[in-house]
Amino acid sequence: MSLLEIKDMRVEFPSRRGSVTAVRDVDFELASGEILGIVGESGAGKSTIANAILGLLEPPGIMPKGEVSLDGERIDGLPIELMRKIRGKRIGMIFQDPLTSLNPLQTIEEQLVETIRVHLQLSESKAKKHAISMLDQVGIPEPDIRIKHYPHQFSGGMRQRVVIALSLCAKPEVILADEPTTALDVSIQAQILDLMRKLVRDTGVGMIIITHDMGVISEICDRVMVMYRGDVVETGPTKKILGNPDHPYTQSLISAVPRADKRMDRFPLVEYIEAAGTPHKPIDVQNHWLGGARNFGKSENEFLLSVKDLEMRFTTVRSMFKSRRRYLKAVDKVSFDIRPGEVLGLVGESGSGKSTVARLICGIYKPFAGQVIFDGTDLTSLGSRREVNVHRRQMQMIFQDPFSSLNSRMRVVDIVAEPIKFHRLASSNSEVLAIVDDLLDHVGLGAAAGKKFPHEFSGGQRQRISIARALATRPRFLICDEPTSALDVSIQAQVLNLLKDLQEELQLTMLFISHDLPVIRQVCDRVAVMRDGKLVEEANTEDLFNKPQNEYTRHLLELMPRLHSHAAK
Amino acid sequence: MLFFIGRRLYQAVLVMLTVALIAFAMFQYVGDPVANLAGQETTLADRELLKERLGLNDPVLIQFGRFIANAVQGDFGISYRMRVPVRDLIAERFPATLELSIMSAFLALLVGIPMGVYTALNRDSWLSRSFMTLSLIGISLPTFLIGIFLILFFGVMLQWLPTFGRGEVVDLGWWSTGMLTSSGWRSMIMPAITLAIFQMTLIVRLIRAEMLEVLRTDYIKFARARGLSERSISFSHALKNTLVPVITIIGLQIGSLIAFAIITESVFQWPGMGLLFIQAIGEVDIPIMSAYLLLIGFVFVVINLIVDILYYTIDPRLRVEK
Repeated sequence: MSLLEIKDMRVEFPSRRGSVTAVRDVDFELASGEILGIVGESGAGKSTIANAILGLLEPPGIMPKGEVSLDGERIDGLPIELMRKIRGKRIGMIFQDPLTSLNPLQTIEEQLVETIRVHLQLSESKAKKHAISMLDQVGIPEPDIRIKHYPHQFSGGMRQRVVIALSLCAKPEVILADEPTTALDVSIQAQILDLMRKLVRDTGVGMIIITHDMGVISEICDRVMVMYRGDVVETGPTKKILGNPDHPYTQSLISAVPRADKRMDRFPLVEYIEAAGTPHKPIDVQNHWLGGARNFGKSENEFLLSVKDLEMRFTTVRSMFKSRRRYLKAVDKVSFDIRPGEVLGLVGESGSGKSTVARLICGIYKPFAGQVIFDGTDLTSLGSRREVNVHRRQMQMIFQDPFSSLNSRMRVVDIVAEPIKFHRLASSNSEVLAIVDDLLDHVGLGAAAGKKFPHEFSGGQRQRISIARALATRPRFLICDEPTSALDVSIQAQVLNLLKDLQEELQLTMLFISHDLPVIRQVCDRVAVMRDGKLVEEANTEDLFNKPQNEYTRHLLELMPRLHSHAAK
Repeated sequence: MLFFIGRRLYQAVLVMLTVALIAFAMFQYVGDPVANLAGQETTLADRELLKERLGLNDPVLIQFGRFIANAVQGDFGISYRMRVPVRDLIAERFPATLELSIMSAFLALLVGIPMGVYTALNRDSWLSRSFMTLSLIGISLPTFLIGIFLILFFGVMLQWLPTFGRGEVVDLGWWSTGMLTSSGWRSMIMPAITLAIFQMTLIVRLIRAEMLEVLRTDYIKFARARGLSERSISFSHALKNTLVPVITIIGLQIGSLIAFAIITESVFQWPGMGLLFIQAIGEVDIPIMSAYLLLIGFVFVVINLIVDILYYTIDPRLRVEK
């Protein structure tokens, strides 16, 4: 008999305009000691399954049909009091974001002890002992001291360990992990996955891991269930699904994952994803406005952008006395050059200072020391606003979060037109509108998109709007700060394809910032690796991936999930 | 902790100095104090004498210094109209206002917080819907109207409660209180309710909105997924997190209860500072006005200090380690 069994599960979200079916007729089983992966893109209904198992569907969600059985007993439809005895005690859950899943006002001890005492009949002091041993088990050093601390005193990875300890502390039989490593750096992700694997082996719990990341699946899961818009499209052993999938959706999903082992020209086109549409009328860039005033790489200078000994400090401890002030060196003597038409990748984990470098280059931050030389001019020495604007026009940025980087109260047409008007790049209003239409069409949205507001678009489409906005100043240099890390893999593949096309067509020079090494490999000509504000290695992409020189680079490369090589095994 | 309070105190002193400057400027530049004191038959020589005696011929800075030194000792000069030291007037009136404000603050918190929590937790029940409708009425009805209605029903028609004044007061020497006699309590009920209703509705809506926000957070979902009881989730996890942002506004509201009880005090002829202040404005009695200004500034500064310290004890994220 299997540990957890789901039969015919259906979840609906009724609304005024009829009901939306989030999960349709899902069946699966989970055995003790097994790790089942549920994979799919956003909106596939994977998290909804986990919430439905625990009876925690967000209102107005309901489960009109289906059975959930734990150890042979039906647990769906139990009264709330009995359900509470299952939550945490028999089925534990781990959430995605460790930064927000702990109560900020309580110490770790208070949260652990409360949970333990709700489920296990233990005295205060025994519960505390148990809590300390749990923290020890999930690998938190000095647990007897750390238990007194508040969540904000832990790093992201440590907090996720605390979350795991909280889910495990009442010794549940099943653990549901909803994107447990998505918010973490690769090296932390590897540690957490190791920990989870070890816990499953030692305690024999059954675990369901919900993720959008094929790499995580290949690292840890025994079996995989692939979901697409509420339906299960395929279930099978990990090796089979990753290596030889039957369903076309699985095939396209896997082909969209950036390969770590070799560079491909483009991502093979993936069906089954939102219609992006090809441009209706191709633009001849040589004659079009977009290609005008651009000398196509024929720059007098060898390098379009040079960064010399760039330094940035943030004050961490303020004081009236200089000697008592403390600084964090976010960027520490960083130098690199980018040739015209080249794509330089900047890689590092969170806190390595890569985004700070981007902000220094485009002038959002003022550097503490060092120079930013753009096309022969030192931008840090420019005084007047006008001079700065002339250069700023040629340099544009694309941000990570497609939801907060567009003004939600402006129509798309105004968002894209604003930079054209600001830099006075068109002679009349009607010309501006014509250019905006062309741009929107060119990035695959269609000119009709202009009349809508940003919230009417999905993440990938919003990122296309951001790209159109960046192109609206006819820039020569684009800074992309994690442009696809908030997107699903198939959307990521489309957006990366678009960026590559634009880069070739307009001979753009790019600084491409990412924590994702396979993406870097697909996009960049050269790569610079950053750690703790310092540049540790810089090399051509192929050289860096094939024979890394620096210890840290090698470490990062080892941690990189190798989906394709795994599947080939 | 000490450092934190020290810095807040330092800021408080700066704020008080600024308020004092404004109060002092009123003395200096709004009207002529001599003209206010002197009658029609005062001779020019007498006026000069008066000016000299009041120290109006000294440099401005010295006058300001003297003003502050006096104010610190509680000396705000003599009321132009009543010819009584302002200190005595305030000492007589301040307890009335403070008792009324504290009473209505208690009322507003005691009723408002549970109502806010209830309406957030049971969003769709008919009771919360009627609470919300009532609170809308409470927010939109002007205070004086509520007061007059209360007087009409409970004072005139039912004759349950006195309609004006403080009732019997007991003088404790430094404080005159109405809280020791039954007639004092009975007189307090209607003004306190009138004053509390607006704050109460504000607190209900504020708590409800913040609490709904907190209930959507991941840590509440995680607490549910761990099987904690609804009671513990609602009160020890959600409510505490709700209070962090709400405390500031509640603090300022209590300050404004003390400062702006004027309308309620006029409706009920409550012998508090608001009434004194209104009369002072009518008669351009500048010493009273500037003393009132200083006192209210002081009340706000103290409340803010308390709010800061509360913040510090509730939210561990503010206790930055060195």
